[in-house]
Formats: sequence, C-alpha cells, structure tokens
Amino acid sequence: MDFGLSEEQEMLKTSARDFLQKECPKKLVKQLDESDEGYSPELWRKMAELGWMGLPFPEKYGGGGGSFLDLVVLLETMGYNIVPGPFFSTVVLGGMVILAGGSEEQKKRLLSEVASGKLILGLALTEPDAKYEAASIKTTAALRDGKYIINGTKLFVLDANVADYLLCVAKTKSTSKPENGLTIFLVNSKAPGIKCTLLETLARDKQCEVVFENVAVPKENILGGLNRGWQIIQDILQKAIVAKCAEMVGGAQAALDMAVAYAKERVQFNRPIGSFQAIQHYCANMVSDVDGSRFVTYKAAWKVSEGLSATIDVAVAKAWTGAAYSRVTLLAHQIFGAVGFTMDHDLHLYYRRAKAGEIIFGDGAFQRTIVARELGL
Amino acid sequence: MDFRFSEEEEVFRQEVRQWLKEVVPPRWYDIDAGLWEETEESWALLREFQRKLGQKGWLAPAYPREYGGSDMSHVKRLILAEELYYHQAPVGVEMEISINWVGGAISLFGTEQQKKKYLTEVAKGESCFCLGYSEPNSGSDLASIQTRAVEDGDSWVINGQKIWCSYAHYANYCWLGARTDPNVPKHKGISMFVINMKIPGITVRPLINILNRHSFNEVFFDDVRVPKDALIGEKNRGWYQLAMALDFERSLIGTAAANQRLIEELIQYVKEAKNSGNSLGDDPLIKDELAELVVENDVLRMMCYRIAWMYSKGLHPSYESSMSLLFSSELLRHTANVGMRVLGHYGELAQDSKDTVFKGRAMRTYLGCISIGVGGGTNEIQRNIVAMRGLGLPRQQ
Ligand SMILES: Cc1cc2nc3c(=O)[nH]c(=O)nc-3n(C[C@H](O)[C@H](O)[C@H](O)COP(=O)(O)OP(=O)(O)OC[C@H]3O[C@@H](n4cnc5c(N)ncnc54)[C@H](O)[C@@H]3O)c2cc1C
Ligand SMILES: Cc1cc2nc3c(=O)[nH]c(=O)nc-3n(C[C@H](O)[C@H](O)[C@H](O)COP(=O)(O)OP(=O)(O)OC[C@H]3O[C@@H](n4cnc5c(N)ncnc54)[C@H](O)[C@@H]3O)c2cc1C
Repeated sequence: MDFGLSEEQEMLKTSARDFLQKECPKKLVKQLDESDEGYSPELWRKMAELGWMGLPFPEKYGGGGGSFLDLVVLLETMGYNIVPGPFFSTVVLGGMVILAGGSEEQKKRLLSEVASGKLILGLALTEPDAKYEAASIKTTAALRDGKYIINGTKLFVLDANVADYLLCVAKTKSTSKPENGLTIFLVNSKAPGIKCTLLETLARDKQCEVVFENVAVPKENILGGLNRGWQIIQDILQKAIVAKCAEMVGGAQAALDMAVAYAKERVQFNRPIGSFQAIQHYCANMVSDVDGSRFVTYKAAWKVSEGLSATIDVAVAKAWTGAAYSRVTLLAHQIFGAVGFTMDHDLHLYYRRAKAGEIIFGDGAFQRTIVARELGL
Repeated sequence: MDFRFSEEEEVFRQEVRQWLKEVVPPRWYDIDAGLWEETEESWALLREFQRKLGQKGWLAPAYPREYGGSDMSHVKRLILAEELYYHQAPVGVEMEISINWVGGAISLFGTEQQKKKYLTEVAKGESCFCLGYSEPNSGSDLASIQTRAVEDGDSWVINGQKIWCSYAHYANYCWLGARTDPNVPKHKGISMFVINMKIPGITVRPLINILNRHSFNEVFFDDVRVPKDALIGEKNRGWYQLAMALDFERSLIGTAAANQRLIEELIQYVKEAKNSGNSLGDDPLIKDELAELVVENDVLRMMCYRIAWMYSKGLHPSYESSMSLLFSSELLRHTANVGMRVLGHYGELAQDSKDTVFKGRAMRTYLGCISIGVGGGTNEIQRNIVAMRGLGLPRQQ
C-alpha cells in the first residue's frame, strides 16, 4: 500500500505549480472567464510545449507516455491554480475517446495534433434532458448517399465554441436497448449545419448549445465502430469523472489554504479570527473534506489506471468529492466575510467551479444510484 | 500510489479469518454484546479470547517479541484489526485502552522493569487496565485534575475521585493521572501511575450507562498506598506523557471495518425485506441513504489506511488521527440514524423483545453512538486539535 506520489509525479506537481503560478495568475483567469473564448492561445501553446496535452497518450502517437495517474496529478495541480481553457475537453474527454475508439490512422493523426496543441476538441454528449444516460440521446445520424446526416441538439457541450472537432454521440439504430444503438462521430465544428451558441454559466466555463441540422459526416469519421459508441463513452466518462474529482481536490485544497492563511492574518476583536473556535472548527471540517476527497479520488484513480473494475469506487469518489468541494468553498466564503463577496476576490472562482464540478457527469444523488445498484439494492 | 495489499498480506488476512472461525465461540455471537454492553458472561468470553490472541502474539502485535508482541508491520496490523472488527470478534475499547493507550505510554516512558512486567501482562491478555483520567470537575479540561499523589517515605499516597472509568470493575490496574505538585501551573504538576486495583482504599461504584448496562464506574481513592515504582516516567511530566500516549496509534481502522459490517447488514436486511415482498428496497430515499453510508465509510477507510501508511513510512500522524476519529464518530451516528429510519417501528424493538429484528442493533447503536464523540476526547476537542496542531491556527484565548 502506498498513498504517496512517485518521484516523477512529485516533480510534475511542483513544476506544474511553479509554471501556473507564473503563467496563469488569477488576473488572467478572470480575464479569460469574462472572455468569449475562455482560453489563452499563448498559455495553451506553453502548456503543449511542457507536454501536458500529450501526457496520457502513448509516445507513438506523439504523446508523453504517462499514466492516467500522472494525468490525475497534473489535473489536481491545475484545479488548485485554476486554468481556464479547453484542456479537459480536449485531452480528457476528446483525446481519451480517440485513444479508446480511434483507428490507428485516426490516433496517429489526431492525437499527435492534440499533443502538439494544434487541435481543440469537444465532446457533444448531453442533450436537453441533461443526463448522462444512453436513453437521453435523441440526436440521430442517418446514412444517406454514403454519408451520415446528423440532426439534433446537444446542450452543455464544453468548449464547443473553440473546438476544431466535436465528438458527437448520435443514435444510429433504434433498439429497446439504447446503449446498443449509439455511435461517435468526429465532426468538423465548422461543417455546414452546425450552430454553436455560447451559454452564460455559473462557473463562466464555456458551455454551449450545439444544434446539428443536416450535418453531413463521412463514414470514415466514425470512432470506435457503428453502434459501438456507448461502451467507449462509459469507459471515458469513468476516467473523466476521476479526472474531474482530481481537479476538484486541487480546488478544495486551494480554498482551504486561502481560508487558513486569511484566518491567521485577519484581525478582529484584537485577535486573529483564526483564534475563534467557530472559525477553527470550520477549518477542521474543511481539511477533513479535502483529505477525505483526495484519498477516495486517488484510490479510484489508481483502480482505473490499473484497469481494475472501479464502478463503485468512481461513483463514491464523485459523490463525495463533488459535495465536499462545495462545502469547503462555502465555509471558506464564511471565513472571508464580505470581501469574499466581491468579483475582485479570488474565492468565487472556486465556489463557482465547485458547483459546476458537482453537477457535471452526474451529481451525488446520481452517483449514489450507481452505488446502490452495484450493491444490488 | 498503490492501494493493493501484497500477496503475503492477503495470505495473512486469510490466516486471521480462518483462525477467527475456529476460535470465536458461537455463544459470543448469541449474546451479541456491542460497545458498552458487556455482561459478566460476555466479559469472560472476551478475556478468554484475548488470551488466545495473546498466545499468538496478535493481541499487541506492535509490541516487540520480548514483551509478548510480534513486531508486526503496520499494514499487517491494519489487516488484523480489520478482520477482528469486521468479524465482530471479542475485542473492543478495553483492548485499545490496555494495549495502545496505556501500553503505548509505558513503552515510551516506563523503565525496563516496568515494560517487562506490564507490557508482557497486557500483551498476553493476562491483565487489563482501566483509565483514571476524568474526575467530576475535570472532563475535557483534563489538566485540571485534583486527585492527589503525595510522597511518603518509600511510597505514594493517593486520595481523590475518578469518574467514568470504563471496566474498572474488571480491571487489574488503573492507569491513573494524579496531581503531584499543586503549586505550579496545572499542566506541570501531573504524574502518571499504575495502581493495582485490588489493594486497600480503592472503592469502585457502578454507574449505569445509557444502554442500561454497567460499563463504567466511579472510583474512590482513600489513602491508597502504592510503592515508589508505581510512578511511570518522570514526576510532574505526566501531562506531556499523556498527550503523547493519546496520540499513540489511534488508528481506528477497526471502526471503519465494524461500521462496514453494520452497513452491510443493513443492506442485507433491506434486500431480504424486498425478497419477502416488503417494499423497503424499492424506496429510492432508502437506497440513497444506504449508498451515502457506503460512500462515507469508504472515505473513513481511506483516512484510516492513510494513517497506517504514514506509520509505515516512519511519519507520525497527529491531526490525522483526530480527523478520522471525528469522521468515524459522525459516521456511526449517521449509520445509527439511517438504521432507525430504514427499520421504522421495528428499529424501536430491543434485543430481547418479541418480534425484534436485526438483534435490536438499530436502537442499540442509536443509543451507543452518543459515546463516540464524547469519550476519549470530545469532537469539539478533536476539532481544536485539528485546527491548532494540524493547520497551525493561533491559540484560542
Ligand atoms: C452584501 C453585503 C452588503 C453589505 N452592506 C453593508 C452596508 O450597507 N453598510 C456597512 O457598513 N456594511 C455592509 N456590509 C458589511 C457587513 O456588515 C460585514 O461584512 C460584516 O459585519 C462582517 O464583517 P467582515 O466582512 O469584515 O468580516 P470579519 O468581521 O472579518 O469576519 C470574518 C470571519 O470571522 C468571523 N468572526 C469575526 N469575529 C468573530 C467572533 N468574535 N467569533 C467568531 N467568529 C468571528 C466572522 O463570522 C466571519 O466568518 C455588507 C456586506 C455584504 C456581504
Ligand atoms: C462511554 C464513556 C466511557 C468513558 N470511559 C472513560 C474512562 O475509562 N476513563 C476516563 O477517565 N474517562 C472516561 N470517560 C470520560 C470521557 O473522557 C469524558 O466524558 C470526556 O473527556 C468529556 O468530558 P465530560 O464528559 O466531563 O464533558 P465536558 O468536558 O464537561 O464537556 C461538555 C461539553 O463541552 C464541550 N467543551 C468542553 N471544553 C471545550 C472546549 N475547550 N472547546 C469547546 N467545547 C468544549 C465538550 O466538547 C462537550 O460538548 C468516558 C466517557 C464515556 C461517554
């Protein structure tokens, strides 16, 4: 048993933290949050140069040959600092789907472009009912004259506004088992018939509505085989959930660190507010949430990384970490008082992301239905 | 990162499991005495079992072999504790007290002679301790204790009253905190003693706990005369020794395992109810609450594993133990309340009641869980420790 990071992972963590502190200050985060693009091409390029975009992909596809755990370590650090931009969509969602489902040719071409920072991807999965279930997918793709014609509306699609390609999950067969009739298509985001509208969101992340109206896609753009899409999505969602948890653990740690530092320096009644028991007990609750989240997340990450069955561990991690991140940031706000209630302050960046993280890929209640099902309830 | 147990560790787990099957008497499970519910009969079974554990070197696995332990690795100890608690073997707080709290302190501060005697006796299951910390006017503020120990020739003379002493009516020894210098700041005048419970001047009076059982006592000391070597460690340094001993291996892994068992049994109950046509298992709220317990227990288990891992790395957990203690107390309370909710009216039925289900465990846990989070340092005190020691927040004024 080993709860520690490897030497390389420690190095990755330190170098990533140093890099982000310098290259991604909160001022930039706020600018990007307020912008329509939501990312900085310059920062994006530098991240690519550091090898982050290719980290989890094999070297033969231009990647860094890192493990899923390495990616988790990086994401924790990115969550700590906050890095706006399409990293998650491109690397964790898009890149992983391609790695899992792409043909050799697709992987060589697309992953190397992802790794070099040339390509931005988005996963067009969820629809207006906002669920992560096969039955929720109503968007269709019908074969006509050798091409698939996609029609439907995708909602809450991250980073579609800047993506070069969208990975669109569409229904290709009507069956009583919807999971057996879904296919993933690689769609050029500039293709005729695609209309992308940026939504205004709590976390000011770039979620979009993407309408597909008679969008024609060549057959070769199928990823992972006809009607075989859902299994890949399931596998990738499992990884994405753990990855999101890692990001949230980092964010929660940051909120805790900020609050503790502030509690030590803010003086009221002639003493640091951190000497008041109420504040101390909030901090004690927060550190318990942070540590607890970290270790269930690491365990799930390790299991996924080892290829072990991890359905319940992943659901446990998400159920706990999502709610814990929200609790931690709320208590942090309590400690900051009025100054935290301003746009100038940094804490709201975390508070907003905490709730977004809790919701994406299914909230606690949803994850607990999975736990219950796995327990045979 | 690696969350796997080694092959050797897995083999050890099987060995423990098999051994438990052979050694725990069925009668123990019939009585089903939980925390603070010991009866004379269950206590006798418990002591007998612990002597057998002792013979294997498993009662105090952390102790060196020369004192009856087996120098066991931290991870194996974790496995042993998990198995003991998960299978509801006859072990509990009394074992933690003697082996970890008292034994831990003696091994740090005792003389060679004291270690040889007391560590070996508790490790073999021959003796057990009760804790003489709390007094009527000293609970959380333990350093304010008033029981006096005065040097007189070649002995110490002890006078005062202790309260809430669990198992004092069974214990061979009392691990006693007493004031040895009343004229210095309170933390600087306390010393620790081992007192033989069977000597003149000691009176033990039962207190009946919330479960309507006799688990703790008042203990009165009237001119109790003990030899000089009853003192453990340095005179007037007792508080500091105590603080270190309280830290000693509060690993708590047993709690997660015991709780896991409880949750599994609840889930089993709900499933069986469903099979027999009861709609319990279809209630989405109940499913959600049970799943929530599973989630929380997983968090607790990881917190406990982390502590074992820290020890195995030579690191010393401090706030981490308080944190998992806090977490486990809240989880046990949560579990108890979910249990009561799931069972509804049936949850109200006592162990020996007609029509009872689940051996009355829901209501027993509902009552018993109060003590976790009070005894051994209240949750508030634990949070203070996490905040001040763990996060370095300034001292409260
Ligand atoms: C939306 C909004 C509108 C406002 N409008 C006005 C206005 O119109 N006019 C105006 O004058 N002010 C206004 N305020 C300021 C408000 O009155 C203060 O925010 C409030 O009194 C708390 O002070 P603080 O923010 O400086 O936090 P602090 O006093 O620094 O408190 C920080 C943290 O320490 C805790 N703390 C402080 N002392 C203790 C203690 N003794 N024991 C335990 N915990 C303690 C607090 O509870 C808090 O959690 C407004 C604030 C907000 C958020
Ligand atoms: C089942 C059981 C078994 C026990 N066994 C033993 C035993 O074997 N030997 C022994 O010596 N003792 C034993 N105890 C006693 C136990 O150690 C005390 O109950 C505990 O230390 C708390 O003391 P108290 O009950 O006097 O509560 P108090 O200290 O009076 O506390 C009352 C309330 O005030 C709060 N409080 C006190 N100080 C602070 C503070 N600084 N900040 C915030 N809140 C505070 C507490 O958290 C609590 O909520 C046992 C108790 C129980 C319940």
